[in-house]
Amino acid sequence: MKTSRLDKYGKINRDKILSFSWDKKKYKGFEGDTLASALLANNIGIVGRSFKYHRPRGIFSSGVEESGALVTIGSKDKRDPNVRATTQELYDGLEARGQNAFPNVNFDLAGINNYLGRFFAAGFYYKTFMGIPPFEWGKGTAIWMFFEKFIRKAAGMGSASGLPDPDSYEHAHDFCDLIVIGSGPAGVAAAIEAAEKKLDVILVEQDSLIGGDQLAENDFDNSQIKNQLENLGIKIMTRTTAFGLYDNCVVGLLERVTDHISVPNINIPRQRFWTIRAKHIIVGAGAIERHIAFNNNDIPGVMTVNASKHYLNRYGVLTGKTIAIATNNDSVYETAQQLSEAGANVTVLDSRTNFEIKTNKSFEIRKGYVPYNINGSKKIDSLDISKSENINKSETINCDQVLLSGGWSPAVHLLSHRGVRPKWDYNNACFLPSDTKENITMIGSSRGLWNKNDCIASGIAGTTDALNRLGISKTNYFFPKPGGWKNPIQPLYEVKYKKSRSKSFVDYQHDVTTDDVRLAHREGFISVEHLKRYTTLGMANDQGKMGNIIGLSLMADLLNKEIPEVGTTVFRPPYTPVSIGALSGRNVGKHFRPLRVTPMHQWNIDHGAKMIEVGLYQRPWYYPKENETLSDSYIREATTVRKKVGICDVTSLGKISIQGPDSTEFLNRIYSNGFSKLQVGKARYGIMLRDDGIVMDDGTSWRLSENEYFMTTSTGEAAKVMSWLEELLQTRWTDLKVNVTSVSEQWAGVSVAGPKSREVLNNCVDDPSVITNNNLPFMGVISTFLKGNIPCRIARISFSGELAFEVYVKSDFANTMMDLLWEHTKKYDGCLYGLEALGALRVEKGHVTAAELDGRVTIDDAGLSKMASTKKSYIGSAMRKRGVLKSDDRETLVGFFPKNLKDTFNAGTIVCEKNNIKGQGIGRITSVTHSPELGHWIGIGFVKGGLDKWKDTTLIGADPVRNKQMNLQVVSPHMVDPKGERMYA
Amino acid sequence: MIRINCPYCGERDHSEFNYGGDATVKYPSLDSSEKEWTEAIFFRKNIKGFQLETWHHSHGCRMWLVVERSTVTHEIKSVKPCHPDLQKVVENNK
Ligand SMILES: [Zn+2]
Repeated sequence: MKTSRLDKYGKINRDKILSFSWDKKKYKGFEGDTLASALLANNIGIVGRSFKYHRPRGIFSSGVEESGALVTIGSKDKRDPNVRATTQELYDGLEARGQNAFPNVNFDLAGINNYLGRFFAAGFYYKTFMGIPPFEWGKGTAIWMFFEKFIRKAAGMGSASGLPDPDSYEHAHDFCDLIVIGSGPAGVAAAIEAAEKKLDVILVEQDSLIGGDQLAENDFDNSQIKNQLENLGIKIMTRTTAFGLYDNCVVGLLERVTDHISVPNINIPRQRFWTIRAKHIIVGAGAIERHIAFNNNDIPGVMTVNASKHYLNRYGVLTGKTIAIATNNDSVYETAQQLSEAGANVTVLDSRTNFEIKTNKSFEIRKGYVPYNINGSKKIDSLDISKSENINKSETINCDQVLLSGGWSPAVHLLSHRGVRPKWDYNNACFLPSDTKENITMIGSSRGLWNKNDCIASGIAGTTDALNRLGISKTNYFFPKPGGWKNPIQPLYEVKYKKSRSKSFVDYQHDVTTDDVRLAHREGFISVEHLKRYTTLGMANDQGKMGNIIGLSLMADLLNKEIPEVGTTVFRPPYTPVSIGALSGRNVGKHFRPLRVTPMHQWNIDHGAKMIEVGLYQRPWYYPKENETLSDSYIREATTVRKKVGICDVTSLGKISIQGPDSTEFLNRIYSNGFSKLQVGKARYGIMLRDDGIVMDDGTSWRLSENEYFMTTSTGEAAKVMSWLEELLQTRWTDLKVNVTSVSEQWAGVSVAGPKSREVLNNCVDDPSVITNNNLPFMGVISTFLKGNIPCRIARISFSGELAFEVYVKSDFANTMMDLLWEHTKKYDGCLYGLEALGALRVEKGHVTAAELDGRVTIDDAGLSKMASTKKSYIGSAMRKRGVLKSDDRETLVGFFPKNLKDTFNAGTIVCEKNNIKGQGIGRITSVTHSPELGHWIGIGFVKGGLDKWKDTTLIGADPVRNKQMNLQVVSPHMVDPKGERMYA
Repeated sequence: MIRINCPYCGERDHSEFNYGGDATVKYPSLDSSEKEWTEAIFFRKNIKGFQLETWHHSHGCRMWLVVERSTVTHEIKSVKPCHPDLQKVVENNK
């Protein structure tokens, strides 16, 4: 192929020269070029190596359907593989490389795969997995492992950089009455009609310019159209692909904001992922020209006819000197004439014998002729042609380019996303969009209209349809009939020449040949969906935009059926690939998920806290003094709490205000234990079950007044409990007069724990008399004031087992509260303690948390049977003893000591009987800690049969993940102060 | 993306909502038998077509809603508050 830039053609800006590199060599192009047009202008024919066989591949198209010119752009962390050169706009300094080749696309060592074709035929991967004869020396996974490295390297596309993506992306949203997808004559007509009828319109175009296929016309100028659209207030989005249609007229768009710019402004995102919510969608996505399958139809220099028209008229590139055009339809003749006028020597091979076409006779037409083989390997040397009715060696013509047009496929992809199956149209040999009840209208050549006036008429009809469906008008309209050529198309999908074993490609990108389709048929994979998966036809990133129908027609032939009986595969989003970066938008790195902090977050950090994530919350983990490790620190903190006093931020607990005359009744129904007799000024620990009798959450509820409670939940279940309470009140118990309000963010909470905690609080409250043992007994609640007239709520609640209080103030006072409490805690040699010490203290007491209440545990399993009231019914009471839940053999809560007190263990350890260490054992350790009080490691967890069954038996803790094993003693989970004397002190 | 027309907030993306479950289940009284509860909790019809289901407008007004949605097409026929008093308010404000 000899390509050249022509002076008098194209709409590129020749005043602006851009330099770029291809495989490390420097070249020049012009503003307005795509990478593909610039490569062609520099006479570069080979731009890639094929997926399996490493055959040289050139540029097949001028658009998104490209299946040959996939290249890698940029370097280092900016490396972007599998970019279609046909849609990549050229910019100054662009670096591009061929891929899937070593050392380069011109000389690729793996080209030998071309001769090992039989190993790469359809189903290769499947058969290899299963252990294919003749390779009987290895089977299944063994042979796969042998081949894997080789396959992964040899088959495939470009590779990702493996480095963090330096670019930024963003998500954006918009609303409109009508979104028009495609700015060809049909889309533009629809948009104008709609804007004139006062609809709010967005017009989306994947190209950098509006105009659609008109951009391939010699004399087309879009500036007037653009002005008209803008004056009507239409929002025009170019470089934007509608990649998917979703429910309720939601459209996903990918806007390529800076992919065409040399040095983008770093404050602008590279790409924008749009979610558009429209009332109606009009799709004028155009049609895609098909190729024809015949031997060596993939040699560089093969291209669709329409692509060469684009290169000529838009980019001023003549793609060949001696051009053979093979067709079965009328669409090529205008191009043939323009190519010959531009200086090419053109021959049209038309498979039809009986037709009339008007031309200026500047080129030869061979009626009833088809190509059956290309001679050449890295470029086209000549073309073997034959009479179409009987394919036989007859004639060879010289040419350096072969242009193909096997007909046109309307781009029905977007409609297919909505589950609408297209219907086969025999007259036009293509799938046409079916009607849908949804507010989606197909116009232009994507509904099979081949001439411009019909397309424009369909655009106006499409908007009328939209207006009618939106109830704005009731106007009659009609769509032009599909078609529009003077002579009918003659189906032509494959030219089969029996005497050759050369490859004839159906799907260029995945190297699927006509023989692969036949093999699939022989092996019984005759359903389209099976054919697709077995051969990977249409499963490359172009989704078979060019080749799918050829594959279908071959299968139809083999089955002696018609194409519609064989079916069509379903297209799924995205229409063209969407980068992962665009999908994640700004939700990367530390913004991957929301961050929740407590109002004293900074205070904690300023006072030396190391933080840990709990759900979305950042909580203090431990407060190391100089040189202290985590375990030094938490052991010191827990010891200080047991001996003196400590304070700990517990704000992350869920907090719910429950108000109304039926509040008591409500709590009595949702908690498993009784709440009907809880007095004002008292709090109670409560357990909630799910409907099915499993524990949902635990927490406390404080009775602030006759009709008002303050509920706390666990940190992790706070949102779920809130939704659950709302569900019950709004759907089940609609007669209860109760209001629930989440106040988690409104209150800041601190636990003050330890024998000196009352003294500390005494120093902090305005009136010390309110927190005496009499006035504020265990589980007592008061509303009072901290010094400085700060209103607070205090409950005498203990999670640590020590004398302890929870103090809440409004969030705005959090720092003041911390300063005050810390000042007086220090006086008693107290400490700040974090989650790790909190965990140690609660494990010593055998208190359960999320690690134990994991959604499988009943109230009895957790050793909390006394929390299940027998005097009332409550949520879960009917189900908590159902079936397996009442078995004696349930795993129930116990404590664990290492038999050798010097041993340590980890959460997740499997508990087994001696001599029977396997499987899931008879239990598990869920939480562990070093116990400062006992001086050795302790754990809690579950074991089948519980304490009574195993208290005198040594069990084995198996930890195969950490390669650890130890002897265990089963003890009561209440390991420190089992009678709870301290918290009543 | 399904769009749900919340009677209080207007039409919103389904990502603002949480799916609840079958809106036609009549939960038995708390003192009902294990058998009745088992029916209510575990047995569900697998409807092809329109079904009534609850959704929670968790990132909006926090209302629990009864949504009549087609399991085939996602088409939504109606959206109402679950609570009968709220239903009345919505009706009166129409
Ligand atoms: Zn709402």
